[in-house]
Amino acid sequence: MAGSAQPAAIGETVLKVADLCVTFRTPAGPIEVPRGVSFTVRRGETLALVGESGSGKSVTSLAVMRLTPKPPRCHVRGQVLLRDDAGGTRDLLSLSDEQMRRVRGNDISMIFQEPMTSLNPVHTVGAQIAEAIHFHRNVGPRAARERALALLELVGISEPRKRLDSYPHHLSGGMRQRVMIAMALACDPKVLIADEPTTALDVTVQAQILALLKELQQRTGMGIIFITHNLGVVAEIADRVMVMYAGRIVEQADVGPLFARPMMPYTAGLLRSVPRVDLAGAGRPVLETIGGNVPDPLRMPPGCAFHPRCRHHRPGRCDTAVPALEDAGGDHLLRCARWREIAEAAS
Amino acid sequence: MTRFLLSRLWQSLVLLLLVSMIGFAVLHLAPGGPLSQFALSPGVTQEQIERIKEQMGLNRPLPVQYLDWAGHLVIGDWGKSFRDGQPVLVVIGQHLSATLQLMVSSTLLAVALGTWVGVLGAIRRYSLFDYLATVGAMVALSIPTFWFGLVTIYIFSVELAWLPAGNMYTIGDGSLLDYLHHLIAPCLVLGLVTVAIWSRYMRSSMLDVIHQDYIRTARAKGVPERVILWRHAIRNALLPMITIAGLQLPTLLSGALVTETVFTWPGMGRLFLDSLSYRDYPVVMGILMFSAVLVLVGNLLADILYAVTDPRIRLD
Amino acid sequence: MPVDRIDELGGRPEPEQTLHVNRNRALRRFLRHRLAILGTVTIAVLVIACAIGPYITPFDHLFIDIRSRFQPPVSGAHVFGTDEMGRDLLSRLMMAGRVSLTIGFAAMMLSTIFGTLVGAVAGYYGRKTGAVLMRFVDAVLCFPNIFLLLTLAAFIQPSLMTITIIIAATSWMEVARVVEGQLRSLRERDFAVAAEMIGAPNSHIMFKELLPNAVAPIVVAATLTVARAILMESYISFLGYGIQPPEPSWGNMLNNAQQYLNSAPWLAIFPGLMITLAVTSFNFLGDGLRDALDPRLEV
Repeated sequence: MAGSAQPAAIGETVLKVADLCVTFRTPAGPIEVPRGVSFTVRRGETLALVGESGSGKSVTSLAVMRLTPKPPRCHVRGQVLLRDDAGGTRDLLSLSDEQMRRVRGNDISMIFQEPMTSLNPVHTVGAQIAEAIHFHRNVGPRAARERALALLELVGISEPRKRLDSYPHHLSGGMRQRVMIAMALACDPKVLIADEPTTALDVTVQAQILALLKELQQRTGMGIIFITHNLGVVAEIADRVMVMYAGRIVEQADVGPLFARPMMPYTAGLLRSVPRVDLAGAGRPVLETIGGNVPDPLRMPPGCAFHPRCRHHRPGRCDTAVPALEDAGGDHLLRCARWREIAEAAS
Repeated sequence: MTRFLLSRLWQSLVLLLLVSMIGFAVLHLAPGGPLSQFALSPGVTQEQIERIKEQMGLNRPLPVQYLDWAGHLVIGDWGKSFRDGQPVLVVIGQHLSATLQLMVSSTLLAVALGTWVGVLGAIRRYSLFDYLATVGAMVALSIPTFWFGLVTIYIFSVELAWLPAGNMYTIGDGSLLDYLHHLIAPCLVLGLVTVAIWSRYMRSSMLDVIHQDYIRTARAKGVPERVILWRHAIRNALLPMITIAGLQLPTLLSGALVTETVFTWPGMGRLFLDSLSYRDYPVVMGILMFSAVLVLVGNLLADILYAVTDPRIRLD
Repeated sequence: MPVDRIDELGGRPEPEQTLHVNRNRALRRFLRHRLAILGTVTIAVLVIACAIGPYITPFDHLFIDIRSRFQPPVSGAHVFGTDEMGRDLLSRLMMAGRVSLTIGFAAMMLSTIFGTLVGAVAGYYGRKTGAVLMRFVDAVLCFPNIFLLLTLAAFIQPSLMTITIIIAATSWMEVARVVEGQLRSLRERDFAVAAEMIGAPNSHIMFKELLPNAVAPIVVAATLTVARAILMESYISFLGYGIQPPEPSWGNMLNNAQQYLNSAPWLAIFPGLMITLAVTSFNFLGDGLRDALDPRLEV
């Protein structure tokens, strides 16, 4: 990343996921989450993946990294196309385990929700960062250590030389997440997957980490898939937003239009359930919640999976067939049988 | 770490106090109490016994007697053997090394074989191997050690004549090879239990570790599986095993006693049984107390070792 | 091993702790555990055989027949062969089984009752009383089992009763620890606090409110204690300080057999197999019960 310091505009597509399905075999029966998810991530772009727990957003990211359980417990179908340096693309799902290992931490890397447990407690921070370099770059231990030092500096850790020999439990949660980021950036990945990286952190630290990610993206031009259920964070960091419900994409749009005019009732409900300071005094102090629960993945409701919780639901319309993902114009995709009527009624 | 060590040391001292009290109580349980040797000898009159009691201070209140007894233990005066008049600690010292050799060798076997079985069982959970290892360990822990020893002797010494049936050396031969030849069978017999226990704990420790987030992190940064297994999983899973090893000391000592009996291995267990049959109570009590203290110290050492190896404790 | 993320998919938790709540599910899980069933059946067969077997066999277990010494198994009238005095091995095994199993069950009862009491008092009163009691448990556990057993056995006149008592005296600590742990956590729960608030006496809270909730782990520990007790009896009898000949126990039968290992190996093989069979069965049963009653534990 050190070499490519020019500001990164959103550029060509680096990752294209097509029709991704993950099936888990459980004692109670097969569970399919996600079911047919497609999206693209472009250079310098941040795609936010939003949804309640159980919506399949984490599994989607793990499937891209091929970190889901091995068959027969879990099957992944579809395509995960990653652009390589030569300009071609390869399907990660068709790589051998060893080929995939070379991709992980090198072309795509990932950071996780729990910085407290995501670092190995018995190895020093420096050793863990150096490890990420060692298995992808042909460098000696001294060079790897120097690189680790530079990375710690890059992610804004004070006294980086001293921290190299620290153990994870000596660092605060925010510091550990910075270490995780340093580790993920060790080999200049094209795509960084961040799975709720700020959920476990204090609000002030949260903001710092978000700012750091944005700054690093500016410098390196990596694409970021940012998984979260916090819409405030989405507004802060995302270029494009993808809302998932029960394993399917229900709405996908650029962040501005989506927040201004959510078209799928679920997204609208999510947005209404966010506390908004600007509206607190303006006659709408009460927060709304979406009634009911995420459906049991073993007993998905027929038709639109959201219909049992949806206040716009019409029997015969919403509970028969799964609505298609339609383009409402301007690359605003949504999955709702009644979106036109609802939009008309609203205006 | 200093605080951890001090608190651990304090706990051990409290335990030592309780252990000595239990030992004292057992001593007074013996028929005739500490005077059993005289009570059982013919031709000793009641009057003489009373006089000896007076001499030995057995008419004093129990707490005073306890302090006296414990005081002697502390300064290393553990009494003299009835059989040859040697100090008890000297007698124990002569037999300790043989027992330790047996314990250490079968522990090494457990660490080598048990770790392997446990790790494989954990990473191939619910496989045929895991199933067989689980059932096998349970059966191994149900087999009486002495019987397994007898069967081993019958097969490898009587029928196949591959291994000697007992003792530490062939008379007239003191070579290392001869010693190792004699060590194989008792080490395997005691090892059956240690391997079974170690593999079970290793499996569960390993299962714990491989579901940790940092294993996923290692995978996400493209570390090869083999390196993840050794550097991240086994390394971490072995840490709590240090404590487990300490906790297994009583079982190991009990097993050593039985194994030594079957294989006429000249260790502390043999000495204990010989002393029992000679009614050499000072030595019996001595070994009982010594083994308890050994367990205590062993556990303390295991905890210290754990503290030294685990950075989470080491640097606090 | 890939990381398991199935929990993220809203996996169904299995919160069962008491015998009552989900008895059917516990039973189903127990039945799935084939080894536990095998163990149960084996225990039943052993108990029945030892109870009524001696009345059926034509040979008395103490009848000495010098002419038919060392008869190998299956060779003649004696299915399991005869020993160094011509006594029928099968009859002796069954009589010995009575002794060993009786000691196993009796020692289990004694140690479970005592261990439960100690554990309940320690767990309920907590603080100083509890700490002192549990340190005492730790202290007893410092003594290697067999050393303590043999010392005690050497000091007393061995009989069925005394052997049972000393085995119980050295095996109650496990139950005490289990009960203490359970009660300590149960005590903090709402229903215990509620009972205390309405002024129920301590003994009522302990025995009527708390202990019934700790039944499952006690049952598991008790089952494993039977296995241990049988094993312990065999150890001290084998070493000559347990049940005394001519009264047979599986352990002391092996004591004699040791010297005839060359000529009559079956004398050593059968009693050892019986011990292994009985102990394994109880261990399987205990393991199955643990799975069925408390799915959280797994070792």
